[in-house]
Amino acid sequence: MSADESQLSPHHLPSGGAVRGQRGSRTLGTSLRRAGLALLPLLRRLATMVVALFGASVLVFVVLNVLPGSPAEVILGTQATPRAVQQLTAQLGLNKPLINQYLDWMGNLVRGNFGVSYISHQSIGSQIGQALTVTGPLVLFALLIGLLIGLPLGLAGALRNGRVSGSLIGAMSQVGMAVPSVVAGLLLIVVLTVKLHIFPTSGFPGWSDPWQALRALVLPSFSLGVVEGAIMSRYVRASILEQLRSDYLRTARSKGLRVGQALRRHGFRNAAIPLVTVVGLELASLVVGAIVVENVFSLPGLGLLLLDSVNNRDLITVQDIAMLVATTVLVLNLLVDLSYRLLDPRLKGTA
Amino acid sequence: MTALLSVRGLSVSSGPLELVRDVSFDVDAGERVGLIGESGSGKSLTALAVMGLLGEGLRASGSVRLGDEELLEASELRRCQLRGDAIAMVFQEPMSALNPTRRVGDQVGETLRIHRHLSRKAAERAAVDLLSRVEFAEPERYARMYPHELSGGQRQRAMIASAIACDPGVILADEPTTALDVTVQRRVLELLDRLVDEEGCALLLIAHDLAVVSEVCDRVITMYGGRLVESGSVSQIINEPHHPYTQALLATSKALSVSESSLGSQLPSIPGTVPSAGHFPRGCPFQDRCDRRVEACQVMPEVVETDNRALACWNPVVGTSASGGGEAA
Repeated sequence: MSADESQLSPHHLPSGGAVRGQRGSRTLGTSLRRAGLALLPLLRRLATMVVALFGASVLVFVVLNVLPGSPAEVILGTQATPRAVQQLTAQLGLNKPLINQYLDWMGNLVRGNFGVSYISHQSIGSQIGQALTVTGPLVLFALLIGLLIGLPLGLAGALRNGRVSGSLIGAMSQVGMAVPSVVAGLLLIVVLTVKLHIFPTSGFPGWSDPWQALRALVLPSFSLGVVEGAIMSRYVRASILEQLRSDYLRTARSKGLRVGQALRRHGFRNAAIPLVTVVGLELASLVVGAIVVENVFSLPGLGLLLLDSVNNRDLITVQDIAMLVATTVLVLNLLVDLSYRLLDPRLKGTA
Repeated sequence: MTALLSVRGLSVSSGPLELVRDVSFDVDAGERVGLIGESGSGKSLTALAVMGLLGEGLRASGSVRLGDEELLEASELRRCQLRGDAIAMVFQEPMSALNPTRRVGDQVGETLRIHRHLSRKAAERAAVDLLSRVEFAEPERYARMYPHELSGGQRQRAMIASAIACDPGVILADEPTTALDVTVQRRVLELLDRLVDEEGCALLLIAHDLAVVSEVCDRVITMYGGRLVESGSVSQIINEPHHPYTQALLATSKALSVSESSLGSQLPSIPGTVPSAGHFPRGCPFQDRCDRRVEACQVMPEVVETDNRALACWNPVVGTSASGGGEAA
């Protein structure tokens, strides 16, 4: 077996040329081939991503343009004459065929130009950028809180499986999952701001005063993060339990490791593989959840911008935000797939 | 001389259900004992109970002594000190028994890191040595590989390497060749045989094939339905099985090795199937499948020890003529 394999390989070398040259060219060849093998699935994934983004853009564009209500009507108000509406529609380029409007929008977007809002006449790019300084930290804090709650809770739940304390943890996370983050947020507002005056209820002072900005983000992050942590703890628990029941953990224990040691040395990395998927998906759902929570706490983030834009029929802004969220989700999925390759040696060079 | 591993009245139960009942046997230092029986007869549970690695909800009672120590009463910490060092185990399925995300050398050397407190570097070197002892031609290269890059036989040899790392007094091998290709089985078995010889350690070899056990072991224990039904030296059991179940196992095993005699005729098999746990008949667990069943079988026979062999049967096979194979001819 092993002996045969090793003795076979020299015979596969091409004949002719100096031995050193052969070896050199062989290693170069194999390393190039290896690099190619590693890159190929990545390229394939990127191609799928482009196709998915194209599909998303068509969907977003069609759905928004099919909806009733034109920006011109909204801008001019209910008193406007049909003629004025027509004029403004032409001015905004909204009377062009839909396919041209789509191509204009996409053409700009691909070049990194988000366009200009119909309503505020401001650059949409800078508006989104501004909003992201709120939504970005909010989502990251929420994820961090979710992990800080979910990981230890899930681990404890798995290790105490079958005992009363384990069931209690399970019940707690069930309750946590059942509570929508909006309700959690409102509860936090009532307790911590209205009653105890610890945190500001709503609004965002901007990052010029980082301390105040962080204070304003604490409650929204928690209302997203607590629910997230409850969800995460379920996955962590299931994943750790699976490890505890695995054959190789038993092997590790047969070598003399205690359960905790065996789990640390052999279980965590394997348990992380499914959890990375969950974190990726949950991050995406946090972006969506942030939109709701921002409205509860009146934070000037992506969610509030989206809601205002929808109300004002500011279609390009809505489309841009939708595409931004879609891209984020797809990029996260790509990163999740790539991280598998780092965590699981079996996946090297596979699609 | 006192036995190295002494099991007395060992029972393994899941709640009210007894999966292994009142099993007693000894393994002397350097002795090789085979444990045979079909799947579901309680062999693996017995080994896991000895190791103290029973799964959730399973409980062992009775006595398991290693040297002068009672294992079932030892603290978990003490048991961890003994596991891998004084007593090691080789598992049946080498793919799932090795961690897919850690390198082979890492896993082979781990036992030494735990018990001999070797540094990472020293353990790596020791792992390479161990791999060459289990006949890896390029141990350095294989030490850096992951389990999925190895063949089944190579994985099992790596498992064996990790089991012998600390020179344990006893190795429990739970069907170490069952999951392997037939062509590889012999090589792994011979390797295990040679290493046990070199190390001078005792071996408890679990198998469902008597042929495998008879090649490697000095003594054989037959289990059925969670009970010890017969034990004796290999020659006693092979030439003169007394329990109808051992005899039936022997017949199926012989038919596979003496191929020309079984050509054209039906392969002998043991009638019926092993009932699932908790569905064995009262009394002797084998009575439903036994052609020597008598009235007394309603009550479980005591294990009677005579002449270095033990037997639990009311109506044992006597005489040399009934040494199996007859059914096949």
